Amino acid sequence: MRRVVEAAAPYLVGACALAAWEVAVRLTHTPPFILPGPLAVGAALAQDFPRLFPALVFTVGVTVSAFLASAALGLLLALIMTSSRWMERSLFPYAVILQVTPVVAIAPLIIIWVKDTRLSLLICAWLVAFFPVVSNTGVGLRSADPNLVSLFKLYGASPLQATVWLRLPSAAPYYLAGLRIAGGLSLIGAVVAEFVAGAGGDRSGLAALILEAGYRLNMPRMFAALLLISGVGVLMYALLARLSALVLRHWHDSEARSPDRP
Amino acid sequence: MSADAKPLIAVQGLGKVWPNGGEALRDVTLDLPSTPQFLSLLGPSGCGKSTLLRLIAGLERPTQGTIAWPSAPKSHATSATIGYVFQEPTLMPWATVFENVYLPFKIAGVSRRAARDAIMEALRGVHLEDAAGRYPRELSGGMKMRVSVARALAPQPRILLMDEPFAALDEITRLKLNNDLLTLWEALGMTVIFVTHSVFESVYLSNRIVVMAAGPGRIAADLAIEAPYPRDEAFRSSPSYTDACARVSAALKRAMGEAP
Repeated sequence: MRRVVEAAAPYLVGACALAAWEVAVRLTHTPPFILPGPLAVGAALAQDFPRLFPALVFTVGVTVSAFLASAALGLLLALIMTSSRWMERSLFPYAVILQVTPVVAIAPLIIIWVKDTRLSLLICAWLVAFFPVVSNTGVGLRSADPNLVSLFKLYGASPLQATVWLRLPSAAPYYLAGLRIAGGLSLIGAVVAEFVAGAGGDRSGLAALILEAGYRLNMPRMFAALLLISGVGVLMYALLARLSALVLRHWHDSEARSPDRP
Repeated sequence: MSADAKPLIAVQGLGKVWPNGGEALRDVTLDLPSTPQFLSLLGPSGCGKSTLLRLIAGLERPTQGTIAWPSAPKSHATSATIGYVFQEPTLMPWATVFENVYLPFKIAGVSRRAARDAIMEALRGVHLEDAAGRYPRELSGGMKMRVSVARALAPQPRILLMDEPFAALDEITRLKLNNDLLTLWEALGMTVIFVTHSVFESVYLSNRIVVMAAGPGRIAADLAIEAPYPRDEAFRSSPSYTDACARVSAALKRAMGEAP
């Protein structure tokens, strides 16, 4: 019984909040262009679906490509940087500079330089998302058990063997934690870049739709788009958490569930 | 040991100075015969016994002197000649027990199929043949240490280097692993160099104890423990054990008291 309540608790909270929202909107006679009730948002979601869906596909496309690029290039960059002190010294400052410069500030430049909207958005989103992958994975690659490093050396392992069989597996928990952060950040990056790029054309995503709905005071549609963006973020996080659990369940304390753990 | 037999390892005038100027070892000369020996390196912490072990394994470079392998085809240590057990089990947590023991073979390019017999044999030697498919985190501290020993022994090394391997275990587990180690040593006939700071452990296990002194690390005494093998718990209460402990304790006390 306790477990049922525990599992249902977050849904109950959500339902209560939605109900309170709907009631408040109706009691105060708030017009929909200020704050629509959840029912109106639901209606907009269903009614505007033909407009919302292509935008959703577009934003998800940019987000997922930026995420995959962060996952691949982040790992590659971390490998290159940890291959020698020199590499790290010469490259890491630039990774930091890219990270600390707000994407909103660079986005206009990139949008001007790169003709293809989709590609320019992808680059912006990647700029936001790749850093946690690089820095996390870098820490992971350097955190291999020094005794195991000695053992590999003793048995005459090549640098490639030591990387593939020791440093990469040691870095896996860090890499996966970096990916979880990068998942959310690539969505944020994609949306922010799209805001900067502005609405226009048929090749635009949810953020452009939000801008446009804002101009038209179409708040229900704005909320519907917002809902979809949050949904994408939650889904990405859940998938990445699941991936992490699958990969690490046998050996890492963060994911292992065993009887000896409370 | 006959006079003309080549030693397994000849350590000559070995010195190690760290880059920061600290002197870990000075003028260490030590011969290991090619006949199986159980040698303990005994000394206070900071006497360089672990450093000596790492130098012999080729994990550090000496700043002075030489380590020669006169009876080995190659002049340096290879996986076929050396096994190493650290103070921690040092297992790969992402790999099963079998995969951990397979590591030396994997690095040498031996297939799992070809290595299987040697791996299972080594696991049987430490009574873990049923745990081959389990992950390290599912094992107790003693079992993990056994896997570590199995990994070191599976490639059948000529020499097994052990750096305070059982120091972190509880007394009961340690005594049991000591007995298992002696059994394996007698069965496999390799030379063991066992680093410890316990007089009792070293006397129980070894037929030779090299006592080291600190500041800088050097050899203070080289003692033979004559008691015959196999040794068992009865040995612990025998007069020869008590005598040897007294002799080694005295040597250790001298080593710690004397000026360099």
